[in-house]
Amino acid sequence: MAANWLAPAGYARQYREEANAAPSHAHWLGTDEDGRDRFARVLYGTRISLLLAPAAALLSTLMAALVGGVSGYLGGAWARVAMAVTDLFLSLPWLFLLITVRALMPLNVSPLFSVMVTFLMLGLLGWTSAARVLCASAGSLRDSDFIRQARASGIRGARLFWMHVMPNLKPVLYAQFWISVPVFILSEANLGILGLGVAEPMPSWGSLLRELEGLISVGEEPWKFVPLILLVLVVSSFEMLLSSEKRMAA
Amino acid sequence: MMRQNTCFIAILLWIWTSVATAQSGGELRFCLHSEPKTFDPLKVEDDASVTVRYLTGGVLARLNRQTQQLEPELARSWRVSKDGRQIVFLLRSGVSFSDGTPFSADDVAYTVQQLMDPALHSPTGDAFRTGPGTAETKVISPTQISITFPAPVASLDRLFDQVAILPAHSGKKESAVLGPFMVADYQPGSTLLLKRNPNYWKTDEHGRKLPYLDSIRLDIVPNRDLEMLQFRKGEIDLINSLDSEYFDKLGTSSPQAVHDAGASLDSEQMWFNEVARAPIPAYKKNWFRSAAFRRAISQAINREDLSRLVFRGHAQPAVGPISTANKFWFNNKLKAEVYNPDAALKSLQAAGFRMENGTLKDHDGNAVIFSIVTNSGNKYRERMAVLIQDDLQKIGIHVNVVTLDFPSLIERMTQSFDYEAILLGLTNVDLDPNGQMNVWLSSSENHQWNPQEKAPETAWEAEIDRLMRVQASSGDIKKRKESFDRVQEIVVEQAPFIYLVNKNALSAVSPAVHGASPVILSPQTFWNVERMSK
Repeated sequence: MAANWLAPAGYARQYREEANAAPSHAHWLGTDEDGRDRFARVLYGTRISLLLAPAAALLSTLMAALVGGVSGYLGGAWARVAMAVTDLFLSLPWLFLLITVRALMPLNVSPLFSVMVTFLMLGLLGWTSAARVLCASAGSLRDSDFIRQARASGIRGARLFWMHVMPNLKPVLYAQFWISVPVFILSEANLGILGLGVAEPMPSWGSLLRELEGLISVGEEPWKFVPLILLVLVVSSFEMLLSSEKRMAA
Repeated sequence: MMRQNTCFIAILLWIWTSVATAQSGGELRFCLHSEPKTFDPLKVEDDASVTVRYLTGGVLARLNRQTQQLEPELARSWRVSKDGRQIVFLLRSGVSFSDGTPFSADDVAYTVQQLMDPALHSPTGDAFRTGPGTAETKVISPTQISITFPAPVASLDRLFDQVAILPAHSGKKESAVLGPFMVADYQPGSTLLLKRNPNYWKTDEHGRKLPYLDSIRLDIVPNRDLEMLQFRKGEIDLINSLDSEYFDKLGTSSPQAVHDAGASLDSEQMWFNEVARAPIPAYKKNWFRSAAFRRAISQAINREDLSRLVFRGHAQPAVGPISTANKFWFNNKLKAEVYNPDAALKSLQAAGFRMENGTLKDHDGNAVIFSIVTNSGNKYRERMAVLIQDDLQKIGIHVNVVTLDFPSLIERMTQSFDYEAILLGLTNVDLDPNGQMNVWLSSSENHQWNPQEKAPETAWEAEIDRLMRVQASSGDIKKRKESFDRVQEIVVEQAPFIYLVNKNALSAVSPAVHGASPVILSPQTFWNVERMSK
């Protein structure tokens, strides 16, 4: 988060005479092929992924709650229609959809806008699996004793949903949120490897991982593996967080 | 005396061993990156089929890939008429196809008729179809034939480098060949085995029959990484085209295996959208249609850095539409644009632009911002775009780099014209400028900066049209050269394409292969395959 202060240089600054340099005092992780400080780019790339992946996860979880939670609570035709729409979204080839959206976007947009759009698209397309889980959970809550009791007491509609159903869906929502974060980080990385993620010169884990494409042996330039190690660490951390959530919920 | 005899025997043994090594045969192995789509030499279009045609087809004249000169093969000599419509070949006698059928002028006539048959749709024949009508063949004798085309064909004799002669009288139309090798076995998706043609007509300077190799095994391997690993393990003997990163890596472990033949004919270039109906703001169209703006951008790009950083020094700053590697057609008067951001800024200021707080603005106060689109997945182009982005930032121009999947890019480039600048490359296999007619004629679809103009929209485009037509219709090589030299000068002056670099021809050949001499023209590593051995 403190990339601005920690980074020895801007992520776009090109030291053209020191391109492809090995780690040194001046460049802790060396420089990339265009002479940009790799440590600075890792810091900025990590910040982007750590800020925007949770934001996209929040968006997708909210959408899942809205579509899955509400339709599950209403049940009947509402649930069937919502799940049909969800299935339709699930069957979409999301990678091609993202490529198409990227192709339709205006060309003259700043790298910051492009990164926001990338994660926004991930958020808008990533709610479907969570919606199915939430629909099932809300459906089981609808017929539970305490909801029936609340209905018998005269609580109806939105109030019943917000006061009694949603609080009981929270553990599922949290779990879906934490699951989505690493999924979106990896999705952005995949898009980056395809050259369709965050626009240059802004770094992201995806664009940093592309440096590994040309490596023939692992031992050649081990410092290039730092973004990969960071990615594994962060995704593992999110998984551990999710496990601890589950344990606490149990 | 005894000592003298021993020396003499030793020298004889040494000579015998040298000759034997040079002609020891063996099997050459390398990769095709795709399945050959056809073995019919007249229908060849894809790279894999071109390779098979080169190895198996016998041609009347062959372009020497090293000297770039046309040399006699099945034809002893030829004569092209002044109007460029007729060619008379004098053929070799005593030559037979691989199945033993004798070769004669009938085979050439049959091949030309097939080549020009509209029903066959031969891609090789397209170059000969410069006007309506059919080609007339006249067999003068078994060793002499005259071919007359309906309209002048530029570089008529050179085009026969691509025409493999078919047998007119053999029952095995595709398998009977006149080239050094013939197809022996084909396992789709796996390998193609070529065996030495026992009836091949050529001999070396010692009178020994060519080719030296017994066979060639072509593995069908689409993946370049896998090809590289196979080479490292010694499973294949050559890689025809390497990228600079692999070249350097391979060079570190086996410096004797890698070959940098210098600048190739391929170029990387960018251009601005000058299409009048393009959906981009009018003020941007004004910038892009200004030669001063385009020249200034060209001047502000550090081509040396593009070569050094992106291609690790294995590329040369491009001069113009013709690579310096094209010995005859390159205009020697032209020099590569010298990187000079200060001069570029001055030119822009003279053209009405001004610098405000580090941002370049036009005379209406619009900040100069544009996007450069390139195809995603091509890291060399993406990196060139990033370096150009940084170079132009120094003169206050903000560039957004956009990578698009190839179909989307092509759609924007050719249909919607919804782009500002594009960075792409051009793979050029033809030395003759006639191969570039579809780029330079203003009415052409491939006139990328402003395709399919109903009439030339600028005076310089009209002049290029005229000069290209002059060079295409003339049989006088000097006149053709003069015309195309002027085309190159106009292109450099007007900069409709901003040429960036010419990539070097990089290849790898196993030290176990003798006689290889990689060049820039395709097929770089095995152009002299008949004299290669293992």
